[in-house]
This record gives sequence, C-alpha cells and structure tokens, in this order.
Amino acid sequence: MTTPAIVPNFGGDSTDRKLAIICSKGNLDMAYPGLILGNAALGEGIETHIFFTFWGFDMIIKSRMNDLQFSPAGNTAMHLPGTNLHIPQAVMPAPGMTAMATKMLKKQLADLQIPDVPDFLDQIVASGGHLWACRLSADMNKVSELDLRDDVEGIISASDFMEITANAQLLFI
Amino acid sequence: MPTIEIAGKQVTVNDEGFMTVYDEWSDEIAKVLAAQVEIELTPRHWEVIHFLRDDFKKEGESSTSRHTQTVGGFPIKEQFELFPKKPAKKMSYIAGLPKPKGCV
Repeated sequence: MTTPAIVPNFGGDSTDRKLAIICSKGNLDMAYPGLILGNAALGEGIETHIFFTFWGFDMIIKSRMNDLQFSPAGNTAMHLPGTNLHIPQAVMPAPGMTAMATKMLKKQLADLQIPDVPDFLDQIVASGGHLWACRLSADMNKVSELDLRDDVEGIISASDFMEITANAQLLFI
Repeated sequence: MPTIEIAGKQVTVNDEGFMTVYDEWSDEIAKVLAAQVEIELTPRHWEVIHFLRDDFKKEGESSTSRHTQTVGGFPIKEQFELFPKKPAKKMSYIAGLPKPKGCV
C-alpha cells in the first residue's frame, strides 16, 4: 500500500521564534543548561540571544572561562556514584571537595562528548547565536570588552537586551 | 510504517517522512529528498551525506551537528550554510537516516 509523499515539516526559511537566555550563574554545572538549550534552539533555526550577567559573567571572561568549578555544597541531589544514597552535606565543604567534584563532572561531560564551556560558546556563535554582556556586571567586575571573548557583541544595559529580544521566549538560569 | 514511492522505488518512512530502512536509500533518492526540502546537492553536500551514512553504520545512530564537526571535519558554520536553519535534521533526512537523538 503506497501513500503519497510525506515530507517532514522543517518550517519555512523564516521562523518567527526567538529565544532569550539569561545566564546568571558561574558554577560549572549551572553553565550548561543555557548552553545546551541555546545550542538546541539554534539547531532548530530559532534566533537565539544569550545575556551574561552577575556570576554568569565568568563564562565569557577570558581569564576565567576555562576555570569554572562545581561545588557539591548545598546540593542535596548529590549521591554516591551508582546509588541512591545521599552524600552527607557535612563532608561537602571539606578541602579538595570542589576540585574533586569539578574534575568528576568534567570527565562525565567529556565522556558524553559535551564540549567545555569556551568550546561550546564557539559552537553557539558558529551556529549564529548572539552573545551579550551585562553593563552592570562589567562595571562590578571592573572589566572591559578587552577582557571578554572577542565574539561578545557588546556590553549592554538590561533595557537594551529587552529591546533586542522583543517578543522572544525567555529563560532565566 | 507508511511506504511511499521516491524516485521510482518503494521506501519505508516514519510518520514524519524520515526513511527507516538503511539499505533502501540511494543517491537518486537523496536527490529527491533534498529537492523536497529545497536543497540542491553540491559535491560538498555529498561529502557530508557520505560521512553521515558511513558514521551511522559505525555508530548505530545518526550524527549530531557536533559529531559531524568533530569527527567528520565539517565545521558547524558550513553545515548551516549547506543545510540552512536545521542542519542536523535536514542532513539526516537527505541521508536516509533517523533524526539525531543526541542533545549536543
């Protein structure tokens, strides 16, 4: 039984979907949700703008972007590997825990072929994504354009970002 | 699974139109699939398509854009130029493979 041609709906050349992502966290684990969703949106042809603010600024500061860390302190979803057993919070602040947890998380991500943060942002820009830095965070951190990734399109105010992302769907991370 | 006729051949596709049987694919079918999504295949497109076909055989799943860049050597920027807007899905569709499952 033959049915007529079925062609996937890839949408027209222009989609009116637009996505704004605000990255406000500088912990390694919290850098990834925005990167993964932004990258997925670009792969669907969605215009994507990412705004880095507060601690999220570390993702685009050249001297810090390779050194994001993951701390298990305060994270009650940490379990002994392969089990449902909680790791007691009391051990989390111990010296070396952050370094160890960071190393483990990086390895888990690398095993799944997830790029590190700078490499992921390279991919997002290559896919047509737009990166913006928050003016207030730049002032607080005392950094200028020179300190940021070269592909950050500008240091802009919150209201500038609102203008650029008019009618976008918005994610705050 | 529906069966449809493409380039004079009966092929099995899923509800969205992606081919589901690896060996039913041919160059002639790829040309028709590409035309249906408004892509004219150049030699560079064929290089990507053949990479995807070979890679699927090795890996057992469709290559994501990331994998096509890191393993295939086709820069993501170029993938967007060759297969505009939704490169990963369009590449797989034309190569007669399922949509990629990977997130990145």
